[in-house]
Amino acid sequence: MQEVELSDILTAREDGDYIVNIGPQHPSTHGVMRFVVSLKGEMLEYVIPHCGYIHRGIEKMCERMTYPQIIHLTDRMDYLSAHMNNEAVSLLVEKATGVEVPERVKYIRTILSELQRIASHQLWWAAFGMDMGGLTCFFYGLRDREHILDIFEESFGSRLLHSYVCPGGLMGDIHPNFQKRTKEFIKYFRKKLPEYDQLLTGNVIFEQRTKGMGIMSKADAISFGATGPVGRGSNFACDIRKKFPYSAYDKVDFKEILYTEGDSWARYKVRVDEMWESMKIIEQLIDNIPEGDYSAKMKPVIKLPEGEYSQRVETAKGDLGVFVVSKGEKYPYRMHFRTPNFNNLFVISQLCAGNKIADLIAISGSLDLVIPDIDR
Amino acid sequence: MNSVGKYFSDIFYGIKSLWKGLMVTGYYFVHPGTIVTQQYPENRKELKMFDRFKGEVILKHDENNFHSCNGCGICQLNCPNGSIEIISDSVPNEDGKSERIIDKHIYHLSMCTFCGLCIKSCPNDSLAWGQEFEHAVFNRDVLTKILNKPGSRIKKVPKEPKAPKPVTETVPTSNPAN
Repeated sequence: MQEVELSDILTAREDGDYIVNIGPQHPSTHGVMRFVVSLKGEMLEYVIPHCGYIHRGIEKMCERMTYPQIIHLTDRMDYLSAHMNNEAVSLLVEKATGVEVPERVKYIRTILSELQRIASHQLWWAAFGMDMGGLTCFFYGLRDREHILDIFEESFGSRLLHSYVCPGGLMGDIHPNFQKRTKEFIKYFRKKLPEYDQLLTGNVIFEQRTKGMGIMSKADAISFGATGPVGRGSNFACDIRKKFPYSAYDKVDFKEILYTEGDSWARYKVRVDEMWESMKIIEQLIDNIPEGDYSAKMKPVIKLPEGEYSQRVETAKGDLGVFVVSKGEKYPYRMHFRTPNFNNLFVISQLCAGNKIADLIAISGSLDLVIPDIDR
Repeated sequence: MNSVGKYFSDIFYGIKSLWKGLMVTGYYFVHPGTIVTQQYPENRKELKMFDRFKGEVILKHDENNFHSCNGCGICQLNCPNGSIEIISDSVPNEDGKSERIIDKHIYHLSMCTFCGLCIKSCPNDSLAWGQEFEHAVFNRDVLTKILNKPGSRIKKVPKEPKAPKPVTETVPTSNPAN
């Protein structure tokens, strides 16, 4: 791996070389992300991502907040996987305090995580299609995502930033309609998902813009720490749900999607196949939610015993790790989030080198970047 | 296959794949019953939010303008953003002792992140979510609200649970909503 500084590129510039800024306010960067792009004619030489435009200091803010309060900040990191982010902190607190949550909570958390994964992949599919110039995809993806958001809104009141999973269980019980609506959605989406293939997967323009573009080897994926669909598209088996099962993932039967090509097309196929797998997981659990409490009994002030704790969960984007150093107080001494998008982002320079500038948008779209998760 | 044959088969494959996508969009074009879009500002009258919708935090008042907030300030402590300010007052009650009552329950909607910790932590179940969601205003001072309505008072919980004190095993069954 070559390390490149911006100053190196600027001094090594020849005739016909350009340094171009893409972003931070470019719509196709999906947020405030700035790419400094070195061009030779139309070909990309280096892409240097500059992050920090939406840095809010969440890790530092966590040091002055109690553990239940931290939950609402994790929503705002990867807002498309809000449930999984909440779950990561909740599982850590439960592990550290030795609280055993009821079975009902585990089942509901798993179902919600998978619903959230489908919703996240739907939005990614919509935006990826739009990056390639297919505006139809955007409307069709959001149309189906609306059904999931309605399920969320009915059960716990909000559509994007839920703060529903809390240390010890859930903020409230699920709505009586939850199971019915989820089953309706699965039935509906099983019919609608083949449309995604008709609209985008089989499309000749899309195929030619993704097949063989931005190839990442398995060794690169491991050395950069690219996880989630980005890593699994390069045959890197990194699914936390399989490797370190949490909640009810050890009770369900599902397949870890792996593709060997490592190009944008493989990353696309991983996500589309994951939507089928998520539906399979939900179908196995939705009828078997055990009766019981929606929350374990927690102390009013949660204090973690002195020590270091960590927890990993699989969000829609990859492996989210939470690390806490506790001094035995109600606030964490230090809190660190290992967010999947941060590691997935820095592969981009490897992937783009040698491609045309228009492919930068296609490749960065296939990485499914959520910028607030990178900067947090 | 020779290159000329591949050239034409590529063209036909391309047209076929585009046609497949057009079939999907064409189906929805001729089936207006599948439209899911809502005409939002026009359908305001019949638009109903879900009953758990997190629009804003409200202090529950009954029809006689009674609420159940005693100004303990637990919601203020639990709020991560300082959206809630409690200004309490003390007045003498009928026994002559001074009693804490709420003067102002100030709620800064502009700072609220709708995490729900205030509602979850309230010991008297006084707070709830309101369904109002159109919060766009021209002046942000309007978003600072006083939740207890003018003239409202705390509803006295009947002192029945205190009476059977000698019987230790009875669990107080008073409903906090009353």
